[in-house]
Amino acid sequence: MHEMSLCEGVLQLLEEHAVSQGFSRVRRVWLEIGALSGVEPEAMRFSFDAVMKESLADGAQLEIIHQPGEAWCMQCSKPVQVTARYQSCPQCGSYQLQVTGGDEMRVKELEVE
Amino acid sequence: MCTVCGCGEGETKIEGHDHQHDHHHHQHHDGHGEHGHTHDYGQGPAHAHAPGLSQSRMVQIEQDILSKNNQYAAANRRYFEQLGILSLNLVSSPGSGKTTLLTRTIDDLMANYAICVIEGDQQTANDAERIRTTGAKALQINTGKGCHLDGHMVGHALEALKPEQGSLLFIENVGNLVCPAAFDLGEAHKVAILSVTEGEDKPIKYPDMFHAADLMLLNKIDLLPHLDFDVERCIGYAQRINPRIKVLQVSATTGEGMEAWYQWIAASRQMAMVGNPAVPA
Repeated sequence: MHEMSLCEGVLQLLEEHAVSQGFSRVRRVWLEIGALSGVEPEAMRFSFDAVMKESLADGAQLEIIHQPGEAWCMQCSKPVQVTARYQSCPQCGSYQLQVTGGDEMRVKELEVE
Repeated sequence: MCTVCGCGEGETKIEGHDHQHDHHHHQHHDGHGEHGHTHDYGQGPAHAHAPGLSQSRMVQIEQDILSKNNQYAAANRRYFEQLGILSLNLVSSPGSGKTTLLTRTIDDLMANYAICVIEGDQQTANDAERIRTTGAKALQINTGKGCHLDGHMVGHALEALKPEQGSLLFIENVGNLVCPAAFDLGEAHKVAILSVTEGEDKPIKYPDMFHAADLMLLNKIDLLPHLDFDVERCIGYAQRINPRIKVLQVSATTGEGMEAWYQWIAASRQMAMVGNPAVPA
């Protein structure tokens, strides 16, 4: 899985913001992870601790905010919740769904010093 | 690790790229490195040191984890647009016949287009060497422990490979149906290759990749008589994940169906060049 590279991406963002926003330690990191993002939260936690070692975020707490998968059902003409990409509409069974949310993976907020 | 562009992380090696870090980073690094000295104002809200009080504060970021990669990918995409290059990112599991498909494609299209190839593998330059025997320019990227190519590696590979105006660029990603889905390289299209010796349910087992691809090549169809592979079901699964996906059935060994793939390339190249004054059609 690519959670390790994603955590390296997070670390790069932290290092950039440390310069632009003037902080030297990161205590806590909030990530928004969508159900359809392909990211495994447990693997993310595991990689996070390893990647942040000896960085400005060594020992930082990781908070994961889960976002549900959302799609627009063309048949029902309304938004529905889904847990995977290949799922059919929970209301009408159609596969004509357009994913509208839940594929994000974002650094939302930091607690810094 | 180079903190400017992230070079040197992991064990990435690009053939002929020695990774000396006095380099010419891509144009989007401006604005770094201006802080030769530090001001010690303290980091609290009042920018003052207050012993005994916590200095911790909240910072809003709201930034995509892949934003860095996406910046590199956008720079690559601009480069392709300026030179009228059609770039295709070929993704599949290991053993789907990607490299064989590519060598055949190059053999058949060499007369029509200038073609270059970026090869991604964890180790060895075998695939780039295989491609070079066709006469096309090829460059190998070894990702070491990495499971995918990213926009930054491809950017460096372009510096070395220098594909010419109006050429075709194939990027053969690391054989992996999971990770390369998330990493934009700046390509015009992702092309997923699935061989009939694999399970017909791969599109729903690895939905992210088939969702991200614009074209699926169903390869090794010459073997269908010997296998219990339901083509219609496989295509149905792919369209369930991605209603827009196009599917072509090919055999890189016998050449069956390859003409349709070449037409798709020609049409995509036309699209890449519409309105591009740099390239004569």
